[in-house]
Amino acid sequence: MTDTPAIELKGISKAFGPVQANKDIAIRVMPGTIHGIIGENGAGKSTLMSILYGYYKADKGDIFINGKKTAIPDSQAAISAGIGMVFQHFKLVQNFSVLENVILGVEDGALLQTSLAKARGVLKHLAEEYELQVDPDALIEDLSVGHQQRVEILKALYREAEILILDEPTGVLTPAEADHLFRILEGLKREGKTIILITHKLREIMEITDTVSVMRRGEMTATVKTSETSPEQLAELMVGRKVLLRVDKTPAKHGKPVLEVENLRHVDEAGVERLKGISFTVRAGEILGLAGVSGNGQTHLLHVLGGYADATGTVRVNGQDIDLTGNYSDGKSRRARGIAHVPEDRHHEALILPFAAWENLIFGYHNDAAYQSGPLMNNAAIKEEAAQKMMRFDVRPPNANLAARNFSGGNQQKLVLAREIERNPEILLVGQPTRGVDIGAIEFIHQQIVALRDKGKAILLVSVELDEILSLSDRIAVMFDGEIMGERLPSETNQTELGLLMAGVTEMPDKDKPLIEVVNEQLEAKKRREEAAKKNG
Amino acid sequence: MDKMPAWADAVLVPVISVLLAAAISALVILAIGENPVTAFQLMVDGALMKSSGWGYTLYYATNFTFTGLAVAVAFQAKMFNIGGEGQALIGGLGVALACLYVPWPHWSIALIGATASSAIFGAAWALIPGYLQAKRGSHIVITTIMFNFIASAVLNYVLVNVLKPQGSMEPASGRFPEETFLPTFQQMFSTSETVLFRGSPANVSFFVAVLACILVWLLIWRTRLGYEIRAFGNSETAAKYAGISPVKITVITMLISGGLAGMMALNTTMGEAERLVLNAAEGAGFLGIAVALMGRSHPVGVFLAALLFGFLYQGGAELAFWTSIPRELVTVIQALVILFTGALDNMIRMPLEKIFLSFRKGDV
Repeated sequence: MTDTPAIELKGISKAFGPVQANKDIAIRVMPGTIHGIIGENGAGKSTLMSILYGYYKADKGDIFINGKKTAIPDSQAAISAGIGMVFQHFKLVQNFSVLENVILGVEDGALLQTSLAKARGVLKHLAEEYELQVDPDALIEDLSVGHQQRVEILKALYREAEILILDEPTGVLTPAEADHLFRILEGLKREGKTIILITHKLREIMEITDTVSVMRRGEMTATVKTSETSPEQLAELMVGRKVLLRVDKTPAKHGKPVLEVENLRHVDEAGVERLKGISFTVRAGEILGLAGVSGNGQTHLLHVLGGYADATGTVRVNGQDIDLTGNYSDGKSRRARGIAHVPEDRHHEALILPFAAWENLIFGYHNDAAYQSGPLMNNAAIKEEAAQKMMRFDVRPPNANLAARNFSGGNQQKLVLAREIERNPEILLVGQPTRGVDIGAIEFIHQQIVALRDKGKAILLVSVELDEILSLSDRIAVMFDGEIMGERLPSETNQTELGLLMAGVTEMPDKDKPLIEVVNEQLEAKKRREEAAKKNG
Repeated sequence: MDKMPAWADAVLVPVISVLLAAAISALVILAIGENPVTAFQLMVDGALMKSSGWGYTLYYATNFTFTGLAVAVAFQAKMFNIGGEGQALIGGLGVALACLYVPWPHWSIALIGATASSAIFGAAWALIPGYLQAKRGSHIVITTIMFNFIASAVLNYVLVNVLKPQGSMEPASGRFPEETFLPTFQQMFSTSETVLFRGSPANVSFFVAVLACILVWLLIWRTRLGYEIRAFGNSETAAKYAGISPVKITVITMLISGGLAGMMALNTTMGEAERLVLNAAEGAGFLGIAVALMGRSHPVGVFLAALLFGFLYQGGAELAFWTSIPRELVTVIQALVILFTGALDNMIRMPLEKIFLSFRKGDV
């Protein structure tokens, strides 16, 4: 192995107005290694990668590729320097075939046929070499998310990338798909490719990387060998203080059923059935964790329970039926029944970003008589209460007049939780409580949810983070394709079993058959069902 | 962090826009061989330097305040009501019916009655597009603009076939009874020694417009309904989450917006013409869009922008009267102001934001 790093950054700085997104970043990645970059949201990871891929121009600093100083003014330059990027949000043309997507932008000449034939050969070769099997003639829209990601990797390899950057690649994958992705990455590494993996999941860093760099507030705080570090140490480096990674909680003392859901069905606006007869119960004083890959009906379930999507079936709160025909705006009566809801989508549902914090802290409860004085709203009282809530939930900065958009993700989430939990609800629906939230705030948010449980309230937790589900829940239900595949106790299950349930596999498959194949079969079957439903609807 | 202070956004951007528009207008005047400085002086003299000029400026400003508020309220719910013209026409019908067929004892009571009637008629005209948007998803821009034509046709029919006095050749209603005549500024402010606002059409409905500004401000920023309107305007999904009915807010906002546009007819029909004529809205419904854009959909901004456009209208009329500058040039100047304040807003905003950011960086 040579001593020349495949990629080296020296003194990279980038400022957006007063915000220093990257400050004097130095990084060396050796060829044939997997290098992880970990950091909280807003630590500057994405900015750094955008500089590397030519989307932004650094204010200062140099990039060296294989020891040679290289200017990367645009993404074309990055590609010709051998850098390939797999974005979190895929950049694929949905109604093009895999082949067409692969050659898009690198066609040889005006006639497509030669390029397509060439690409077909290359793809076949790549598929064999790296377990990157995809049907070259399939349309992107018919592929599962995991397969779409493979197309992105193939695109980069077809452009002869030697350095592959993956931005949060596992966010949308089932655990089995993620495992398969990691096998692909191992294969690429063996062939001498250099891989940079950006993630916020400590487990993935520990599992696959050789070296890891930690970023905090635009600075590179440390670069260490993965074998010589621990998740605890990495978390501390990310946040700047000791963090509790495990949730501290006592066993649940559950009481009578509070939220009973029976045979719940929901058809979305496109005519696809998203909830296919769901039944579950949440009892007082317990957290029911609803696991599943995003897009399997969890969002629709929360919308139905939150009162802004219609459904059929039965939902009972403390034994009383709830009207489910809700005409899309029944949130008011749900709140009156003691259902509080922290929605998955903080920016488009939970908060009005241009509104001040104090206005957001009454959002949904703004009809409350306490907030009115005559025909007008009692702004003084609302602000007073807001300031107190922000103090109790440690929202920073504690300025109630600041617009919600000016808070960090974690503090925005604290605003939402403060609003919902301080109402002391009977039932708390909470979706992706820590998505886009920094580790320091995660700890606090988990504590608040457990504290509400300990007050004897019923909590339905929806999360795509299996770690979060496993550590917070008292009971786990797994959702796949609009159905609940099964319920497990956290003490009696593991990631593998839950991962299979998340892909709709209820029986343990044959030992001979690789798990990924079983999972893929299920996912493709689901995709076909959706297509058929769309055509019929 | 916001990119620049609120005052810069609210004051600096429109002021620079207006100055730029003025500069280009000056070039155009130069190009046709006139002196822009004299032209500007004429406009100021005619519109602002004598009380009768103010009387016209404020008369136009009253129209633009009502229609500007109408557009502004709808903007708060992210709806683009460009049907102010039609709503004002139908509002005029409301005024005319109230004035012609109800025996009012005194103008003050007639004003209240006519205000209610104009608002109800204007609101009713906006209700149909509002309902179609809320229930059927028919885009409000399309429906409101079509309703302008329908309103014009309806008014034409009503004037010719119903309201036209026997024997009259003109498509206009009969004169309103004298009890409904609104006091003009001349009657209100002149003393025995000095006559103020001589012959100008400004009348008491100007104060109704000012009151409307205050009420709209209270509505939008101090009431529960205003909170829901703003929330809905910023994010429909969030509004649904919070239990705010999109249908309800869409319809109510359009009712308020249409009502405000309809009230414009108080000024033109009841205050000035004292009968209902064709095309009573005088294009003010469309100008309200520019006024609302320039005024950042805020009542204070709308009022100031309405004053500016009032000045442009009156000053422009003076210009056409005293110089060889054609009347059309006035339209060009108005168009430039609209272009710069409305369409090219970002052209000024973005460099300004950069300047403010670099200042702040200096502070850090």
